[in-house]
Amino acid sequence: MSSSPTMAAPPSKPTFDVSRVLHQPLFGPLGALILAVIIFAVASPRFLSPFNLSLILQQSIVVGILAVGQTLIILTAGIDLSIGATAVLGTIMLAKTVGSGGAVAALIATLLICMAVGAVNGTLVTVFKLPPFIVTLGTFTAVSAATQLFAGSATYPVQDSVLTFLGTSIGSGTARTTLGVFVLILVYAVTWYALTQTAGGRHIYAVGGSPTAARLAGIKTNRTLFSAYIFTGVIAAIAAWAALGRIPTADPNAFQTANLDTITAVVIGGTSLFGGRGSVVGTLIGTLIVGVLRNGLTLVGVDNLYQNIATGVLVIVAVAFDQFARRRSS
Amino acid sequence: MTSTPVLQASNLVKRYGSVTAINGADFELREGEVLAVIGDNGAGKSSLIKALSGALIPDSGEIHMDGQPVRFRTTLDARRHGIETVYQDLAVIPALDIASNVFLGREVRKKGFLGSVLRQLDKSAMREESMKHLADLKIGIRSAVQPVETLSGGQRQGVAVVRAAAFGKRVIIMDEPTAALGVKESGMVIDLIREIRERGLPVILISHDMPHVFDVADRIHVHRLGRRAAVVRTGDRSMSEVVALMTGAMEPTEEERAGGR
Repeated sequence: MSSSPTMAAPPSKPTFDVSRVLHQPLFGPLGALILAVIIFAVASPRFLSPFNLSLILQQSIVVGILAVGQTLIILTAGIDLSIGATAVLGTIMLAKTVGSGGAVAALIATLLICMAVGAVNGTLVTVFKLPPFIVTLGTFTAVSAATQLFAGSATYPVQDSVLTFLGTSIGSGTARTTLGVFVLILVYAVTWYALTQTAGGRHIYAVGGSPTAARLAGIKTNRTLFSAYIFTGVIAAIAAWAALGRIPTADPNAFQTANLDTITAVVIGGTSLFGGRGSVVGTLIGTLIVGVLRNGLTLVGVDNLYQNIATGVLVIVAVAFDQFARRRSS
Repeated sequence: MTSTPVLQASNLVKRYGSVTAINGADFELREGEVLAVIGDNGAGKSSLIKALSGALIPDSGEIHMDGQPVRFRTTLDARRHGIETVYQDLAVIPALDIASNVFLGREVRKKGFLGSVLRQLDKSAMREESMKHLADLKIGIRSAVQPVETLSGGQRQGVAVVRAAAFGKRVIIMDEPTAALGVKESGMVIDLIREIRERGLPVILISHDMPHVFDVADRIHVHRLGRRAAVVRTGDRSMSEVVALMTGAMEPTEEERAGGR
């Protein structure tokens, strides 16, 4: 019984193939980042200075960390509108509890409260089968209001050295950065490992790509989804800690655009809003694109509102590409 | 038949309120055969198959594997007994590569510290193993790292079959494996079924496609009104006779009614 000739795939080409490089999912985002860097380097002599490059990284810490959680949720074909608000709640929690129990207790309490928000999202999505968009819109609204009540609409300066630890400056001369940047890189490295090197990571892709097929393959889809939301809670707590390192004041009105910025970073980074495809490497590039764009436009004197228009256009272009690629592959 | 059937069910009943999905059905799968299960829409053949694959728990009746009584509460139970199912709707993840799909839910981890503590997958082992299984079933795919979405419909179903054949130790159930495929691609899947039988694994093939059934099956289980109406040997009856048995236009012989020879 020989297999039919049509079953045979064309032989794989080990030689260098330009079209293959162009079809790498990270080619677009990486190209856009390099292009943006070149344009701003030409437009502003200050752009490539070590100080400015370090500043871009530091400005990207909070959104960059949150975007890791967002990537996981979007990979499962969901979306998280509450992660930014959860991180803000985390900063208030840290600032208000540090006085009574010390920094370590405050960090643990914050971790638990952020994970609790993740657990609520996860339960509503898995047990009650509600759409993640609506669920997280609800928790976003509730968490934001709870944060205002909890903070009494006041801001809280933080002096504790543990809570501001991630703002510690390291390096020499003008080439300085903060510990927060290393935490950012660490969060990406750990998540990259989990997503690409472990079975749990595969299952995230599988659940996002085709929930039915994943279930038929014996994957506990609800458990996979739930753990993604819990993970997002952990990420929000880490981002809250990093935020106090960047600006040592807990402000219930801070990071208003952070949540949308995470979605922007994820989508620009090539992760599909339809789930099942994408990577945290892409999200890191997406985060840097947003960071470079905002920083560069500021350097050349473009107003903040125009920057928002620019990032908005970028998201729509990225989503259009995703749609187009998806339609072509199906 | 003197040898013990691989999978046998007797007098299975499943009711949903006033609706009887399985009405005292018998079933018998023998060593090394392809048994086709056919029946009109609503005859209850998918309920029967669900009971055999653990997706449904019958109200009464018995299932035996290799002569031993078994109870399947979940599909996982059936899998542990070596029963694997290939579903009609191409149950693969398009964006994942072939090896990931073959080992989905049964990933292999590296040995030692990397695997036990860091939970690292042994990708090369899974890739090699997948290639071996693909070659075993003569599916001409050169690389197990390409995403399943780059494959044709027939090749995708081939990956699903490879997964079942790789882990199914006793029985492969194929639920309408060609329903979503074109003529040529269906032919490939039928070839795969033969290939699996040649390796000694019995196959249950649920299909609406009579030419396919007559092409590959050794015996045909005709399901009607929630129970087994007849079992015929493929050579003993014509296609139109089998269709007549299926619709009730013709009465089976006593022997066929009792489960055939």
